[in-house]
Amino acid sequence: MRDLLRRPRFPIQDKRQDNRGQEQGGKGFPEDIWTKCHKCNELLYTRELEDNLRVCQKCGYHFRLSSTERIAFLADPDTFKEEGHDIRPTDPIGFVSPDQRYATKLKDTQVKTGLPEALLYGTARIEDMPAVLAVGDFRFLGGSMGSVYGEKLVRATRLAMQKKVALVTVSSSGGARMQEGIFSLMQLAKTSAALTELAEARLPHISLMADPCTGGVTASYASSADVVMAEPGALIGFAGPRVIEQTIRQKLPPDFQTAEFQLKHGMLDMVLPRRELRPTISKLIKLYRG
Amino acid sequence: MTTETTDDRRPTTEAKYWPLTTEYRLPIMATEPKQTTHTDNRGPAGVYRDMVPPGTSHWPGPASDPSSAPAQAAPTRSAPSAWERVQIARHPDRPHALDYIQQICVDFTEMHGDRLFGDDAAIVGGLASFKGQTVMVIGEQKGRSTKENIARNFGQPLPEGYRKAQRLMEHAARFSFPVLTFIDTAGASPGVQSEERGMGQAIAANLITMLSIEVPIIATVTGEGGSGGALAIGVGDRVLMLENSTYSVASPEASASILWRDAGQAASAAETMRITAPDLLGFGIVDEVIPEPEGGAHNDPPTAIEAVREAIARHLTEIQANYPLRTKKGTRQLLEDRRHKYERMGAYEEPIAGS
Repeated sequence: MRDLLRRPRFPIQDKRQDNRGQEQGGKGFPEDIWTKCHKCNELLYTRELEDNLRVCQKCGYHFRLSSTERIAFLADPDTFKEEGHDIRPTDPIGFVSPDQRYATKLKDTQVKTGLPEALLYGTARIEDMPAVLAVGDFRFLGGSMGSVYGEKLVRATRLAMQKKVALVTVSSSGGARMQEGIFSLMQLAKTSAALTELAEARLPHISLMADPCTGGVTASYASSADVVMAEPGALIGFAGPRVIEQTIRQKLPPDFQTAEFQLKHGMLDMVLPRRELRPTISKLIKLYRG
Repeated sequence: MTTETTDDRRPTTEAKYWPLTTEYRLPIMATEPKQTTHTDNRGPAGVYRDMVPPGTSHWPGPASDPSSAPAQAAPTRSAPSAWERVQIARHPDRPHALDYIQQICVDFTEMHGDRLFGDDAAIVGGLASFKGQTVMVIGEQKGRSTKENIARNFGQPLPEGYRKAQRLMEHAARFSFPVLTFIDTAGASPGVQSEERGMGQAIAANLITMLSIEVPIIATVTGEGGSGGALAIGVGDRVLMLENSTYSVASPEASASILWRDAGQAASAAETMRITAPDLLGFGIVDEVIPEPEGGAHNDPPTAIEAVREAIARHLTEIQANYPLRTKKGTRQLLEDRRHKYERMGAYEEPIAGS
């Protein structure tokens, strides 16, 4: 895990310190030993939860993963080689807001998550099949797609074309990054442009929509992939549920915008438990290679 | 199909959309002193000088020369604020997609339906003749009366609307017709139906289509350019914006709601998010700002429509002169240049390799 990012500038913090704080919420038990399931409230032995790929042993709830955890669960050990680590965001629209400066917020988020941006990409092997892997992280400003996210995705696509391998993307994002304004919206077109070239090179794009995946990411590269898959229970949609409830002034049905809902309405190829992702993606890449 | 004739036939149909109903006038328009002469504050493109970053290519001629420009002369009218422009862009008397289509083209023949689910009245499209050549026109259509707005869902398309647009764009590509789009939406319609029918997929598919067809695409933002719902018909070789139109990652209300959890701060969000035409020209996202009549397009629709016609005609002629579109090589080059234009969009920093 800790060797995933070769460069030490943004050291990956110990898992137990980084994002577990808010996930636990419960009091009165040692945080590094026990984790409470968000869905069934069962107290889970953290080490067993990790062994189960952070899926609740009792109810099957799929915990959200950081990009580094996702890479560890998806790529073969020590095969992920990160690229484009030094591409850094700027403040193109001079975003000022009474309560937050974009530059400050970025720095805080980088320190908190140990990540340079919301997307990591690089080459990897998945059950021995070569691929370029690009993984978003919801902890980094809601996994939002700004200029760096878009640029990295374009470079990931070009890398896949150069190496003649499949592109595997994992998206967990609230959509376009507000603080970069119109530049973020243009990333929808930018990533789509690169993917048309990947398609012409007859290389597959496999997209995993992870919880939650909404807005501009759903409305661009994540949906236009050759294979679109999701994990059980993941929230997937275009408009966020809060926006829809405000618009129609009605309570939404409980399964609305879940992976299962999207599968039923024909928007996904498959919904797979976390444990089946690696073998299935590997099998697909093998099939595309003929 | 692209004949060399210079058919400059103009529509003879009476403009039936703009009896200027003063009761619709917004306070800002009503209280503004009527300007009789253009001031030096406006450049050749009709852009307010103080809002355009220097050095942009759209600021040609002597006016761009700081020494000769009367920069010190106090503007007799300051440029509207971003929030004022939002109000102008939403003005009910502003020309809408069908006004432009019917006035700049002849023989417009509307085509309906996505062939999959239904027909969405918030997006209109069909074949028409523009300056003697057949084109495919597609636009987001708002209504004027409440009744019409309900029928057109206030110009907020559903997935079937975008799929109709996609069908028409592919249709245009098959016959080598240029595509002209007119963007005017607060955003794609949010709701249960949109999710059930895959709004995300519909928009994503349109982006791929607009980056795959080998015919010229000219997109014009005529009113509100709201988020993915605007971009879904807005990827083009040239993107033009009317002077008082807006284009943004989210509507000011949605931006305020996301940023500050308070949709009431939309006016602040409009300023913060840099959504005006001069802003986008400065960012290099759009290619030209089309000037509007004093006070906004609703004050003099025929003049605004003529300016749009002139700009589209000029850009289309330019594209057709730059690319040999009768050859496969030429159309391929057009497409590749469009893709590269979008692949370059973004702002980031990167240390030079090896340093």
